[in-house]
Amino acid sequence: MSLADGVRGDLKLTGLHKRYPNGFVAVQSLDLVIPQGSFFALLGPSGCGKTTTLRMVAGLEDVTKGSIHIGDQEITHAKPYKRPVNTVFQNYALFPHLTIAENVSFGPKRRGIKDPKDSVKEILALTELTEQASKKPTQLSGGQQQRVALARALINRPDVLLLDEPLGALDLKLRRAMQVELKRIQEEVGLTFVHVTHDQEEAMTMADTVAVMNEGRIEQLGAPYELYTNPHTTFVANFLGRTNLIKGTVVGREGSGADEVVKVDMYGTVASIKASRVHTDAKEGWIGIRPEKVLIQPEGTSIDAPGASLPGAVVTDVSYIGVSTDYTIRMPWGQEITCFEQNTGRRGGLIPVGTKVDVSWRPEFAFLLDSAQDAEAGIVEED
Amino acid sequence: MEALQRVFGKNSAYWLIGPAAVWLAVFFAFPMLSLLSTSLSDPSGSPIYGYTMTWELQNYVEAVGDYWPYMVRSLWYAGIATLLCLILGYTLAYAIAFKAGRWKNVMLVLVVAPFFTSFLVRTLSWKLILADNGWLVESLKWLHVLGEDGRLLATPFAVIMGLTYNFLPFMILPLYTSLEKIDPRLNEAAADLYSTPWQRFTKVIWPLSLPGVVGGTLLTFIPASGDYINSDLLGNPNTQMVGNKIQTLFTDASDYPHAAALSVILMVLIVGMVLFYVRRAGTEDLL
Ligand SMILES: Nc1ncnc2c1ncn2[C@@H]1O[C@H](COP(=O)(O)OP(=O)(O)OP(=O)(O)O)[C@@H](O)[C@H]1O
Ligand SMILES: [Mg+2]
Repeated sequence: MSLADGVRGDLKLTGLHKRYPNGFVAVQSLDLVIPQGSFFALLGPSGCGKTTTLRMVAGLEDVTKGSIHIGDQEITHAKPYKRPVNTVFQNYALFPHLTIAENVSFGPKRRGIKDPKDSVKEILALTELTEQASKKPTQLSGGQQQRVALARALINRPDVLLLDEPLGALDLKLRRAMQVELKRIQEEVGLTFVHVTHDQEEAMTMADTVAVMNEGRIEQLGAPYELYTNPHTTFVANFLGRTNLIKGTVVGREGSGADEVVKVDMYGTVASIKASRVHTDAKEGWIGIRPEKVLIQPEGTSIDAPGASLPGAVVTDVSYIGVSTDYTIRMPWGQEITCFEQNTGRRGGLIPVGTKVDVSWRPEFAFLLDSAQDAEAGIVEED
Repeated sequence: MEALQRVFGKNSAYWLIGPAAVWLAVFFAFPMLSLLSTSLSDPSGSPIYGYTMTWELQNYVEAVGDYWPYMVRSLWYAGIATLLCLILGYTLAYAIAFKAGRWKNVMLVLVVAPFFTSFLVRTLSWKLILADNGWLVESLKWLHVLGEDGRLLATPFAVIMGLTYNFLPFMILPLYTSLEKIDPRLNEAAADLYSTPWQRFTKVIWPLSLPGVVGGTLLTFIPASGDYINSDLLGNPNTQMVGNKIQTLFTDASDYPHAAALSVILMVLIVGMVLFYVRRAGTEDLL
């Protein structure tokens, strides 16, 4: 029998490398362990090698170097039809000549299950497609086609389900709805999902673990909270949400163990950053602070934060969004930073442009990054 | 559209089909009626003094009685040639559509290249190639593939080969068009869903290429079963097809009524077979 009946286990990529025949290296010595049953997201900008990685796992692209294992079983060079892996393709790739039910039973039939009627019924119910069973793919809406692609892969109960931007073709509203749906289905079936996306919000809301990929490498891997609050590179800091990066110079260390902090001089003000959030050994660094962690208060009124506050900043732009307000603030040294403020009503209005403000943040939220890295790396153009 | 409506009035759609209707009347309906009336005319007339239409159904009875073996041979030869074209054409069209890469256009030009010279000249050149003392026959004799007095020219083999050769492009082009439209990612999806290469072909590629298969076989089979040039140039009296008979009846015997009756029978037969075939292939909506 095929590998599809093999034992399950973690998906392990070891030194996985892909060089295309034209010499382009799309994936560079990737090491990754994806625990069995987890919802794993591979997040990165367009062209960073996400699809290439998935295609190697599915067996649709040759591996240049390295290996792929599921549990103890090596599948690096196994034929695609012998792997316990299924894919939900970026463009769905539904069979246009078959009905929805036939599309869904395609996999089981090839594996020698004569009459997979019951499991087809079950999976169509799970993906809410029962009504569409006898229609052809072209008669369905985008969201329905997406669910057919999912059902067609899920019915095989693969060890690993690969999803290549499965929601990319849907409009925003449907995409949000399908994210919830997909998460529900994953929890229900308990299979390992590897979800590729370039939408950071999608990756963060759905996945247990997110790997941020850039130019064929994994930049950082972790739980969404960890990635967001403690990014290791400017690329990750900018690609996941927004970040203010301010030049600083390390002036000393205090404390030890979990309480150790690094003192960083920032244009005359000394900020303390937890040692676990310092990701450079150099003297110079980027102090990173998320815009929603930045607190501002008109000059002279007290600010609700421990530690030092920076005087002498000026509001240069106010953009009212309803639920929150984005302030752009010019710091005394000329750099503009961003502050997102929840409109709790506490302030009883907006701070007008031109107001002098004090700026502060809770020291535990700041992080320090390598100043050799590009402060603009990974900035996503709003679309 | 509005401009058209101003010129032609509200029912401009009817005006637009006008040219097509005239074309069909002049070039299809009129000759067809003329053929039908000739086939039912008294055979004692002559092409010079004309025929009188007398509902002479006897012409049909005689045409079937005298010439049915030619009919059967035509369908048989055309059938084999179509099958050979399908096998050769499918492989080539598949290669061009999926494997040719940047050679695609060059290969397509090569497929239609034979059309740059006349059908007749090309068939005549096969006559030279297959000739009894030509290099091909000599080599085959030397290799003991052919016996001492074996020959290629003037055999059923030569006729079927000629038909296959001449109609192959008509098979390849529709097949290519259909195959080229198939998204190669469907093949990958099938591989991902546990299909071996053979299953990918039978379950995905073949069904999706059916419109091309139906189109190609029709474009090959229909003209091949009415052909007489190949049998004339490459065959012998025992390989004569119905086309040869119709031709001799029209030209040598000047027996227009029987020739017309035979033509009508061939036409009805082919239309009947095509309808049956298209139904069976389940591709009415794809045609
Ligand atoms: N067959 C190929 N030959 C050469 N280079 C290729 C080939 N396929 C992809 N590439 C290149 O490899 C890089 C990674 O491609 P890949 O499709 O994996 O990106 P991706 O992360 O999936 O991007 P997207 O989000 O746009 O889908 C790209 O720069 C691409 O141009
Ligand atoms: Mg991709």
